[in-house]
Amino acid sequence: MNGDYRSSGEPSGEHWIDPEIIRPYVVTRGRTAPVHGRFNLISMALAVGPPPGPDAGLDPEHHSILRLCREPKSVAEIAAHLNLPAGTIRVLLGDLFDRELVSAQEPQSEMDMRDMKMYRAVLDGLRSL
Amino acid sequence: MAFDRSSRPRLPTAIKILVAGGFGAGKTTMVGAVSETRPLRTEEVLTERGIGIDDLSSVEAKRTTTVAMDFGRITIGDEYVLYLFGTPGQERFWFVWDELAEGSLGAVILADTRRLADCFPSVDYFERRGTPFVVAVNCFEGSETFELAEVRLALQLKPSIPIIMCDARKRDSSREVLISLVKHSAKLRAEPVGS
Repeated sequence: MNGDYRSSGEPSGEHWIDPEIIRPYVVTRGRTAPVHGRFNLISMALAVGPPPGPDAGLDPEHHSILRLCREPKSVAEIAAHLNLPAGTIRVLLGDLFDRELVSAQEPQSEMDMRDMKMYRAVLDGLRSL
Repeated sequence: MAFDRSSRPRLPTAIKILVAGGFGAGKTTMVGAVSETRPLRTEEVLTERGIGIDDLSSVEAKRTTTVAMDFGRITIGDEYVLYLFGTPGQERFWFVWDELAEGSLGAVILADTRRLADCFPSVDYFERRGTPFVVAVNCFEGSETFELAEVRLALQLKPSIPIIMCDARKRDSSREVLISLVKHSAKLRAEPVGS
């Protein structure tokens, strides 16, 4: 990310912006906080209902998230797969959650770490790896 | 923040384990060895807790930094998903980001016997924060073999803290490290579980 886009064959003339910085900003239309909720790095999201059509007023990135979230995915995974910062994914997930296109699940909290059932499940899961 | 909507399908709950240690200790290697996919990378903006700053104004000095983290995933049945996060290795003071440790099941501190001092800050940090942790001594080929007792002494680990040898490249070995961490965490935070 050195900002020298001329090497990638882009037209020159406005060499003051790094496309990798501006992309997340454009995708969220400048928003830095989601409409709904906070979305932890490991909050899980799952697409619900039929996929919306092209006339649903969603951006391509929203559709990409919905495709990825046919199986439960964390904010971190979505961000990694779409090559966007986690903060951008939070904003987009907030939009989708608002329109009831995804359901979400918060991570195990520090308080819940006393739950014996959770430890047993994790131990069983690891042993069967 | 309540996400629940009664008619929605059930989603698994995510659990986080941190893999800490010095640069080059094998964090991403371990994450990759036990994960169901190759390690992924994400960028996150974290709030940096002010350290080493003369704070006369009593206003806590904080700034945010973007850090890249490698992570992996292990699906545990329908109910849980375990995420392993390698703490950012190049960042000397990664432990100022409490957000990373917040809500974690515990931490694996990978020790490289060639650079044992590199894991002092991690040991210090998790001890102070009260996060359950185990120390895994990554045995590199050609590295001098140490007795675990020597490493325990050098790191001044309490007798209650598990310390084990491992090969971070191997799935079975890395899995055993995670199992010992989960047992240790359960012992500290819940009731003991049978082995």
